[in-house]
Amino acid sequence: MSERSEASAEREGAKRPKGRTMVLWAPDWPIVAVDVPASVPAAVIEKGQVLACSQAARSEGVRRGMRRRDAQSRCPGLVLHDHHPDVDARAFEAVLTAIEELSPGVAPLRPGLCAVSVPARFYGGEAEAAAVIAERLVGLGVWDVRAGIADGLFAAEQAARRALAQDSLIVPAGGSGQFLHDLPIDALDDADMVGLLRRMGLRTLGDFAALPPADVHTRFGTHGALQHRLARGQDAQPISRRQVPPEFDATLLLEPPLDLVEPIAFSLRTTADAFVADLAAHGLVCTTVLIEVDADGSLATSRRWMHPRWFGPTDLIDRVRWQLAVDGAIRAPVDAVRLIPEVTEPLADHADSLFGGGPDERVERGVARVQSIVGHESVVSVTVQGGRGPGERHLLTPWGERPLASRPAGLPWPGSLPAPAPATVYPSPQQAMVVGAEGQSIGVSGRGVVTGEPARFRVAADQGWQPVASWAGPWPVDDQWWDEAASRRLARFQVVGVDGSAFLMIVEGGHWWTEARYD
Amino acid sequence: MNAAAAPTLNELRARVDQMQGRPAAQPVATHPAFAGLLQLQSGSTYSVDSMSLATALMAGPSADGAWCGVVGTAELGLEAAAAAGVELRRTILVPDPGESWLEVTAALIDVLGVVVLRAPSHVGAKDVARISARLRQRGSILISYGDWPRSEARLTMRDVQWAGMGQGHGHLQARQVTIEVQRGTAPARRGRLWLPDASQVIRRVESSGEAPTRLRSVS
Repeated sequence: MSERSEASAEREGAKRPKGRTMVLWAPDWPIVAVDVPASVPAAVIEKGQVLACSQAARSEGVRRGMRRRDAQSRCPGLVLHDHHPDVDARAFEAVLTAIEELSPGVAPLRPGLCAVSVPARFYGGEAEAAAVIAERLVGLGVWDVRAGIADGLFAAEQAARRALAQDSLIVPAGGSGQFLHDLPIDALDDADMVGLLRRMGLRTLGDFAALPPADVHTRFGTHGALQHRLARGQDAQPISRRQVPPEFDATLLLEPPLDLVEPIAFSLRTTADAFVADLAAHGLVCTTVLIEVDADGSLATSRRWMHPRWFGPTDLIDRVRWQLAVDGAIRAPVDAVRLIPEVTEPLADHADSLFGGGPDERVERGVARVQSIVGHESVVSVTVQGGRGPGERHLLTPWGERPLASRPAGLPWPGSLPAPAPATVYPSPQQAMVVGAEGQSIGVSGRGVVTGEPARFRVAADQGWQPVASWAGPWPVDDQWWDEAASRRLARFQVVGVDGSAFLMIVEGGHWWTEARYD
Repeated sequence: MNAAAAPTLNELRARVDQMQGRPAAQPVATHPAFAGLLQLQSGSTYSVDSMSLATALMAGPSADGAWCGVVGTAELGLEAAAAAGVELRRTILVPDPGESWLEVTAALIDVLGVVVLRAPSHVGAKDVARISARLRQRGSILISYGDWPRSEARLTMRDVQWAGMGQGHGHLQARQVTIEVQRGTAPARRGRLWLPDASQVIRRVESSGEAPTRLRSVS
């Protein structure tokens, strides 16, 4: 960059009255985010080093960048937390929202640090505005918040770092260069460059700023020129304000409160339409929704619904209807229904394809009618999942909810039976009996060996005995042996009677059960 | 009119009949193994005596794009149904309709192509007439697992012969059955089927020599 353009930029800056920038800094944000009591010495560890520590830990001698073991040796009672950047960001979101309520256009710089243009005129002064924001954040539980106000972002941040807790440091307009003059060179956020400048004997920002811009540009390039401008207090960079995240929750307030399901569902129509249209306007569809119903001023029922594809207005109304139709869901008149989108996905991912775009509307309507007769859980859609027994492989999901397979079907599942699969699978096994030629009971030893040759069997307690024509087994299964409550040890047999009827039987704990029938 | 256009014309006429609500029985896609034994007709009722026959009948229309419903039983083996050719994504189960099984069946007949029903109790003549009228109107198929008065055809399974299993060795692999199709008072039609064969396909037994191999004991 030439000297002339530099000069013209300065002239322009002088002509245009620039907005003032406030930077809010909450020190040790990772510690604030994990929410530990102030008296407990705590530290957040990243890659084996202390990333942030609480005031109590600092007074014990723990410092940032210290190794885990060193920190613990200085302060044996140190509570360590792993660093989760997403937790920091999520906790900071509440701070951003609170500031946004006071003054729009917040620019989040990183968790714990954000910038906002100073709403000085509204609050009657810069210090007053900072005080109002600090008061709000302290009310939120962020005790240590510091504000710095200056012309540019860099100077404001440096001011915030030098302010006292819950106070502000104001750099007067045009005084950034002077404020930065005495600060150490470390304030520049570039370790390589800081090291180089130190070796050149430049200890303060003022020393660096005193160099001619053209020489800095020649020696350090564009990046160096930028750092030089920052050091001189000429921070032309405007803050990039974030867009306020859109609010998609929809609430239906019922005045007077209603206690019948149908009128509630009917009243919900407009709200549901608006909810879906609002999401669609942002190019989104909702695939998981949380429905909350308030009765008599308090939360009555709350349930998360997942749709196999995405929620339309009718689907939402159906879900509310089902949720309210559960016995005991409404004990008092309902006065509010809230639809909260939990998962939204881009509309483009869910566009109707030419073929196979889910069930057609006629089927949906017919099934909805059946659901209104027998209740929504009684109509199920089916898929096959993984498992060893034929019953375990069934996955039944109430119609209109998303199937959640806990076991993948494609895996080998050792211990499962080879094809063909039984055509009839009893939902609950029937008590059976298998005996040998002399009427002695047949079982399986601990080593998986059959104790005798099955000769006769009975598939259920009320069925007659019949001779065994052929049999095969055992297929032993030792399921979930690591879990005491869920573990099962059983063996499966295939038994064919003389009339050609074939059964899948299990023996578990010396008892025989009929699990399925090959009919 | 040339000969090639005739089937198309007939088909179109039949469709016009159906769209105008006239009771017209249309042939419905049937599993090829039943060729010569049974051709499913829309608006009819069939009764079967086993679950695998019900799924085999369901497989034809389901593979052809029809939606299927199973009412009154939770015992349908899904894997076996899928292997027979039933598309599970287009299958709806109402395992326990309770007292309202008749309403549920009627409501499903309105929208689905095939409904498999296991009636919990004896079905009265009045209910049968109502269901039949609705079936004819909608062109759906009802498959009754269990006896159904006035069914179009009654399918029973006889002479079941399993292959692949011995005394304590092998496993069930394939099955040959004789399907007996009884229509009214006419003499029954019989056919020998693999239900299923060793590669899980339902097909006709081509020659009488193709008997299931019995495993020989080697001990």
